[in-house]
Amino acid sequence: MSNPASTTTAKAPAARLALRLAALALLLATVGFWAAKGAHTGWSQNQVPVKQTDEITGIEFVTYEKRFVPGVEFLGAGTGLAGALFVISLLFKRKSTQPSS
Amino acid sequence: MKKSVIVSLLSLATAAVLTAAPQSFDFKDPKGVNAIQFHLDSVLEPISGTAGGVTGTVSFDAANPAATTGKIVVATASLTVSNAMMTDHLRGENWLNAPANPEIVFELVSLADVKTTGNDTTATATGKFTLKGVTKEISVPVKLTYLAGAYGKRLNKPELGGDLLVIRGEFTIARADYGVQPGKNEDKVNPEIKLSLAIVGGAPKA
Repeated sequence: MSNPASTTTAKAPAARLALRLAALALLLATVGFWAAKGAHTGWSQNQVPVKQTDEITGIEFVTYEKRFVPGVEFLGAGTGLAGALFVISLLFKRKSTQPSS
Repeated sequence: MKKSVIVSLLSLATAAVLTAAPQSFDFKDPKGVNAIQFHLDSVLEPISGTAGGVTGTVSFDAANPAATTGKIVVATASLTVSNAMMTDHLRGENWLNAPANPEIVFELVSLADVKTTGNDTTATATGKFTLKGVTKEISVPVKLTYLAGAYGKRLNKPELGGDLLVIRGEFTIARADYGVQPGKNEDKVNPEIKLSLAIVGGAPKA
């Protein structure tokens, strides 16, 4: 039979590690996705303006392409959530080491 | 001999009168290019967008550009920015209230300082600008480009005759002058709106 107390202490470092890995993965995924989609420093866009020129008149005009471009609030939310996961991981105490006599 | 000279002169005069007659250019562009671009370069949220629902007519006489008159109408519900939520807010009750104010209108009253070089005419256009139900007289610099015989070419239908008139201009208005949230949210939405105009009208010939 296993000791319940030792099971709990064994779970704590595992949860701590899992949360930290999740936080790191979320941070990398958020920053990577934001950078890959153009590192847009404004708010998120769900329509992207595309400039075009009319051949005969020379008029520059804009058409909108339906596409999601993550902005700074997306980056902020992702990094904030990653930070929150890291903070939660601190709540799980390290496995206490027995002093050697 | 004398009779034929008189007939020739009359024919020339008639042709001159006919070619000098003002043409009506329709600004409902079949290619959908026409749009007014607007910029509200605020501290926190630089906003740019377009309004594509342009209609109206302008009467232009290539022989007398100073006599140009007309009216350009923009559908308020066609104002679009890159973010759908922001677009809804812009068209909504607190800002432009598009359902109650469906049109933004510029009615050209007169042209001053008219200078024509080749196909291009520059001038200061004075007219009545209506936004959110408020009408004010404004003067804006404009450039008119007359493209004779280009109507069919632009539509890839060379068999169609007709001319084009391109109007370009840039001007700034204060949104408070038109009752658009005066003094509010100035860090997010600039109190001044810069408008860029580049639109083309067509005058087909049968």
